[in-house]
Amino acid sequence: MDDVLIVITLLLVAASATAAVAVRDPVRQALVLSLLGLTLAALFTVLQAPDVALSQLAVGTALTPLLLTLAVRKVHRRPHTRDDGRGGETTGSTESAGAIESAAAKERGE
Amino acid sequence: MSRRLRMWVLALGLAGLAALLGAACFELPDFGGDQHPYGDRAVRAALSHHTANVVSSVNFDLRALDTLGEESILFGAVLGTVVLLRQTRDERHVEPAPARVSPPVRRYALYALPVTLVVGLYVVAHGQLSPGGGFQGGVVAATALHLLYIAVDYRALRRIRPVGRYEVADAAGEAAFVVLGAAAMLGGSAFLANSLLPYGEFNTLASGGTVPLLNAAIGMEVASAVVVLLARFLDQAVEIEESPKPPSTPTSRE
Repeated sequence: MDDVLIVITLLLVAASATAAVAVRDPVRQALVLSLLGLTLAALFTVLQAPDVALSQLAVGTALTPLLLTLAVRKVHRRPHTRDDGRGGETTGSTESAGAIESAAAKERGE
Repeated sequence: MSRRLRMWVLALGLAGLAALLGAACFELPDFGGDQHPYGDRAVRAALSHHTANVVSSVNFDLRALDTLGEESILFGAVLGTVVLLRQTRDERHVEPAPARVSPPVRRYALYALPVTLVVGLYVVAHGQLSPGGGFQGGVVAATALHLLYIAVDYRALRRIRPVGRYEVADAAGEAAFVVLGAAAMLGGSAFLANSLLPYGEFNTLASGGTVPLLNAAIGMEVASAVVVLLARFLDQAVEIEESPKPPSTPTSRE
């Protein structure tokens, strides 16, 4: 019974971790990261480490996604102060990283 | 360095890592075995100091110095965030507009806030008895306050959260840990040794010697650190905005 639970939670962790990498939009990624934190907390509980599970729940499920979404909001707020036609519709994280870089380059006056 | 060469270096590193990890895995004890030499000793040491939660005993008694290091990392990280995310000269402060919150969200968040806060404080207070402790409970209590941002708006959150005081509490929690450690030295023992207070009756709130005090110091430090951290991020996301560039000072190098 224990082994079945461990295998199930391990599979859930693997699935949500893969999803966190596969999803490219940073906001969705934060949500999937929250789900990953939840599955990890379940895994730690099943492995009889409730202290670690509590930390994982507090930091991985609540705090980190919150900080990420706040950072994304800050980055998306930037373009509409300038009229460079980027309305914040970012489809990929590499693309948005490039956008941030070019915005930063503009900032420095290059 | 060409791309090809870099790939070779990467492949070499990965192969080495895989070989070492593979070799290490074959030497590991079997999963779920009943031989736990470190666990047995930790449990014995925790019981001899009347600490019911062995993990707290490891964190705040047996390896309290490691916890001091971890706490200092968090302290330093928050300090760095405060410095990096301050309002710079070319940014301006925008008063956030009151936001409309849908009634079910408001109701849920306002009910959840006191419950979450009490759960966080409970977890901190019972760190020496049950799973959890200053770190876990501190994060829960700190995030609980931010339900007010979800329930009402940013100005309401700002009113119950004077960041300056939380910064002081953050530093005080960090200092309290060091002072408690030094007090053990003054008492004629090693730094952070659990020798100051009587161990008390097993499985009561006042048991475990200095473990509950160090645990409370961590709780205060972590809760304040998370509040300050989120305050800086929220300020950036909600209040601080780039000033429109004045046209009189061209910065272009072209």
